[in-house]
Amino acid sequence: MSFLKRITTAALTVATLAAGQAAQADEQYFPLQSYRVGPYAAGGTGFFGGFIDYMTLINTRDGGVNGVKLVWDECETEYAVEKGVECYQRQKSHADIAAWNPLSVGIAYAMIDGVTADKAPLITVNHGRTDTTDGRVFPYVFPLLLNPYSETSGIVNYIASKEGGLESLKGKKIVVLYHGSPYGKETIPIYELLAEKYGFTVVQIEVPHPGNEQGAQWLQIRREAPDYVVLRGWGVMNPVALTTAQRNGFPVDHIIGNVWSNSEEDALPAGDAAIGYTAITTQASGNQYPVLQEIIRSVYTAGQGNLSDKSRIGSVYHNLGIVNGILNVEAIRIAQGKFGNRTLTGDEVRWGFEHLQLTPARVKELGAENLFHSINVTYDNHEGEGYVTFQQWDGKKWNVVSDWIAPDWALLRPIITKSSEAYAAEKGLPIRTSEDADKVTQ
Amino acid sequence: MSTLADTRLHSPNLLRHTPLATFLLIAFIAIPALASPYVIEAILLPFLALALAGVGLNLLTGYGGQVSLGSAAFMAVGAFAAYNIQLRLNLPLPLTILLSALTAATVGLIFGLPSLRLRGFYLAVSTLAAQFFVQWALTKFGWFSNYSPSGVISAPGMTLLGYSLDSTTARYLLALTLVTLLTLGVWAFTAGPLGNDLIAIRDNETAAQIIGVPVLKTKLVAFALSSAIIGVAGFLWAFTYLRTIEPAGFDLDRSFDVLFIIIIGGLATLRGAFLGAGLIVVFPLLLSRLSAMAFGGMIDSGVLELVQRIILGTLIIAFLIAEPNGLAAILTRVKRRFARNTL
Repeated sequence: MSFLKRITTAALTVATLAAGQAAQADEQYFPLQSYRVGPYAAGGTGFFGGFIDYMTLINTRDGGVNGVKLVWDECETEYAVEKGVECYQRQKSHADIAAWNPLSVGIAYAMIDGVTADKAPLITVNHGRTDTTDGRVFPYVFPLLLNPYSETSGIVNYIASKEGGLESLKGKKIVVLYHGSPYGKETIPIYELLAEKYGFTVVQIEVPHPGNEQGAQWLQIRREAPDYVVLRGWGVMNPVALTTAQRNGFPVDHIIGNVWSNSEEDALPAGDAAIGYTAITTQASGNQYPVLQEIIRSVYTAGQGNLSDKSRIGSVYHNLGIVNGILNVEAIRIAQGKFGNRTLTGDEVRWGFEHLQLTPARVKELGAENLFHSINVTYDNHEGEGYVTFQQWDGKKWNVVSDWIAPDWALLRPIITKSSEAYAAEKGLPIRTSEDADKVTQ
Repeated sequence: MSTLADTRLHSPNLLRHTPLATFLLIAFIAIPALASPYVIEAILLPFLALALAGVGLNLLTGYGGQVSLGSAAFMAVGAFAAYNIQLRLNLPLPLTILLSALTAATVGLIFGLPSLRLRGFYLAVSTLAAQFFVQWALTKFGWFSNYSPSGVISAPGMTLLGYSLDSTTARYLLALTLVTLLTLGVWAFTAGPLGNDLIAIRDNETAAQIIGVPVLKTKLVAFALSSAIIGVAGFLWAFTYLRTIEPAGFDLDRSFDVLFIIIIGGLATLRGAFLGAGLIVVFPLLLSRLSAMAFGGMIDSGVLELVQRIILGTLIIAFLIAEPNGLAAILTRVKRRFARNTL
């Protein structure tokens, strides 16, 4: 079969190319499994645009991280698992991989075994599999800043703060309107747990995918007459929920969006119906932060910016990409502090992520004060205690309306370790100690 | 439909060819020894799974004339059944595969019932029900995914007689063995009396009934057998290729993939499923790698992806205009010409 021969030739060519690149010293490579076409392109272009913009800034302003240049290439996944896996197989032959950032739960799941064998970090910022927070069981997977359980706790704490404290939640009623997909259902048990703990009633209503017809659900919400509605949506479901709420007379300022219902793309299409809508975020939007100003000044004015639509600079997804860039770059910098200013192995970068502790003062030095709060990753806590804040939509842009709020990590931790320990038992994995975490493959 | 019968005449010759033996030798011995992990993991494993799904659908659509748009649903049934059987019963691997095939066959049988009354487009639409129902049920009832919060499951490891089958080569050999055995099985089936009944029904159902072909039984057997094979393909997709299982991975797009594979490859030929799967799996990858090599970094990767789709679509149309009976027919023609020239 001649096509087999062709594949072999293609594979050989790529292998030679990769070997050629390995010869150049002091580079750190980011394989980007991006998605710029397909239904989730808005998220993909914004996030990867921000990530690339930040890496470009580091290269042009600082000449790389302590002299180590950042390089990357993109492989289109369209958010589809099998395409993401092919990209993973394709890109992993490249030398000097720093970390993987697929921005997709499905692709991340499919890569867990692979990256563990390769000893390369897998970053799932603001999403991912909740129990990978337990670094004792998942050494190479990092759901940085916010896992789905913390997000739930953050939302409930915010509602409590609006009502005057956690005690005031007693007797209140909250409806969770969730997307009918694995992602949407993920937090059902946590809402029930928190409802029981704080004495509020929770009613969880499913919206079948894709969610462009929600008449029945909002009729039910009207009957339930809740104090708050939490919108756990995705894509078109979000603007439709806001317009349907308006039609049913539900006050929009009592609808709280989750972390995938918090972008400009979710609010803008709803028009007036979205004015007053509030949503959780780990990174504030806007371009007033020094790091964004620098990106505009030295990356965009030089024509090297990644976003083709400049009005999206400082949008929610773009800023998430920039924060993700900061976290990846700082992990490399921290690891360089221990291993030397050179190209690091994946396992050395893993060590860097496990010591990724950025205090609010350090975040300020990086020009990101108030863009995000802080992070405190350790070998056994791969989420890193990210803080959340809430933004309200004024019809044109998001405005921060809360302080930085801490989710109730202590409450969630036992549920996470129960799940991760069950996974370890099922797969026959060891539970790491801090000594194990300090053993690094060079 | 008589053109389909022409191409069918060539397929039983498949075994008599020495190329097949050479091919199997290469597949079983040379590839595991020589191919890089990328070639196996990213190209051969999805190729084998989709080719097997194509073989299964070809049995129903190519040989039986019953159009189905529910292939991905039966793949999902096979994958989730294997997961649950392994989780709850802990049986040896061959038995797990057999039981998951039987589960897919049962579901296929149920959704095959409308075929007794419906034909053509109407049947195609009723198989869509299978597609949506299965995906909905797997998402709706947490039991199927062992109450995994996100509904995405990592496939558990596979062992056979105490040996772990989790290495790349072992998974490839497992997939290759299953595909070879099942393809030979389908070949024997289509060459046998039941296969002839099936073709008779496809070519003229009324005439077949008059000459005493048991239409009901044959159609249901075809549905069950085809679903079982597609179920095993789903098992391969989830356990040997992706190693995760989620309902969204078996959506309507996947069903269309399988349907396109047999249309492009050639209906009612076994080779067709493999050639079609080759085109659907390998060709986009080649195109994407070539364009990445040629234009990588210069053009926005989203634009590059769209251009590739246009090229792929154009090529498929060109292929089908040049040879409506698919790649298998092109191959036969090339072979004939080659034989004539050497004589």
